[in-house]
Amino acid sequence: MGKRVAKEVSIAVADAVAQCKVDVISAYPITPQTHIVEHLADLVNNGELDAEYIPVESEHAAMSACIGAAATGARTFTSTSSQGLLFMYEVLPIASALRLPIVMVVANRAISAPISIWNDHSDVMTMRDHGWIQTFAENGQEAVDLIYHAYRVAERAMLPVAVNLDGFIVTHVVEPIEMLDQELVDRYIPPLKMKYKLDPKKPITMGAIGVPEIYTEAKKAQDEALKASYKIIVQAWRDFEKLSGRRYNPVEIYRMEDAEVALVIMGSLAETAMNAVDKLREQGKKVGLVRIRLWRPFPTQDFLKALGKVKAICVFDRAVSHGASGGPVGIEVRSVLYQSNKRPKVLNIIGGLGGRDVTVEDFEEIFDRTFGFIKAKPRFAYEIYGAKE
Amino acid sequence: MPRDQGLMSWKELAPGMYILEPGNSAKFKTGDWRSHRPVLDKEKCIKCGQCYLLCPEPAYEENEEGYFICNLNYCKGCGICANICPKGAITMVLEEA
Repeated sequence: MGKRVAKEVSIAVADAVAQCKVDVISAYPITPQTHIVEHLADLVNNGELDAEYIPVESEHAAMSACIGAAATGARTFTSTSSQGLLFMYEVLPIASALRLPIVMVVANRAISAPISIWNDHSDVMTMRDHGWIQTFAENGQEAVDLIYHAYRVAERAMLPVAVNLDGFIVTHVVEPIEMLDQELVDRYIPPLKMKYKLDPKKPITMGAIGVPEIYTEAKKAQDEALKASYKIIVQAWRDFEKLSGRRYNPVEIYRMEDAEVALVIMGSLAETAMNAVDKLREQGKKVGLVRIRLWRPFPTQDFLKALGKVKAICVFDRAVSHGASGGPVGIEVRSVLYQSNKRPKVLNIIGGLGGRDVTVEDFEEIFDRTFGFIKAKPRFAYEIYGAKE
Repeated sequence: MPRDQGLMSWKELAPGMYILEPGNSAKFKTGDWRSHRPVLDKEKCIKCGQCYLLCPEPAYEENEEGYFICNLNYCKGCGICANICPKGAITMVLEEA
């Protein structure tokens, strides 16, 4: 077993990327992603990491360079946040449709306007439908482990993976972190061998036009590939457990045994919410927590199983889907429930926007309201929490 | 069920819709939406090859006699060949429906 060492999470994440022996790193700095790519630049510069570091002129170029490099069979990495991710937008669906195993860390940050450098999930929710595998880390250890996992999954599923870390809240915190021994990383992530790649000795075409007679079939094939990646994702976590002793699931539950009310959440706020669960459990209130780690492909069966027999849930979103019937997670959850026999009442709250703190007391209040929802008729589709009247 | 308009099953596509056989675009006939087609008058033609050089497709092929003949499987009817021909040997003729 490795040793637990106190490290800034960004540095640990960059070290994990280096351990995965990437060939090409292509990135443009943006807060709060900077420490990750700066540390990788240091590692390349001082000779510790044998990789090509491309200091590109924009995020659009960062992802484009990753696509080009990955197409030739190189292991690639990039990272971004907020407007940087939006600037990358045009090429994001190309990475997934071309089945390229790129790994990207999104240090989640609110999007403009108004300008905010602080955390929520509004940046990554814009790429919800783009065919990337997407995971959300709760803390530093998980962030590091999700990097190893991302390479394992990307290169087996031949799909890009976005690992989401809450900006500052996760990226800039110093935590005791156990890195996987290099020997184990090498075993977990063998050298990348792509069945098809751009090679002058055996030319192929990537990114050809899809006329109406073939576009539908191409999209169907891509969609099936993302669905099929679920098994690869779960298997990769099982394999990781054998190496590290740390077990990960698509959906995590906390004190859900006999729970009547549950909070559904993604990312680091789950740790705050767990404290609220503990406090309420001490008072004899039957509350629990369901945390979605795997956001795409959405783990429908795991999610339904995690809910148990709850009577009401509160889906806590970290992004607004303007004009929609709820936040992105709320919409997803309602859609999943509609197709199942389970019909708990669903309260959808959007909060923690642009770095607004959500406290243990806030979650206690939200749990109380969710209890009230068991019998009450829902009065609204969703609510933006904490907006001062 | 909607009418099956697909060229092939999604299961038979290479991942990422890669095209694994280089140079196979010639197999894809793209000349069916032309409104005018070029007609060559061999009496006037001096076999200079301007049509062959400037055709953007390229749809022109040289035959055994040295004439450059337009392959209508690929011609889009743009008329560049007729426009560039120094002898006025190529005329654009309306395609009848």
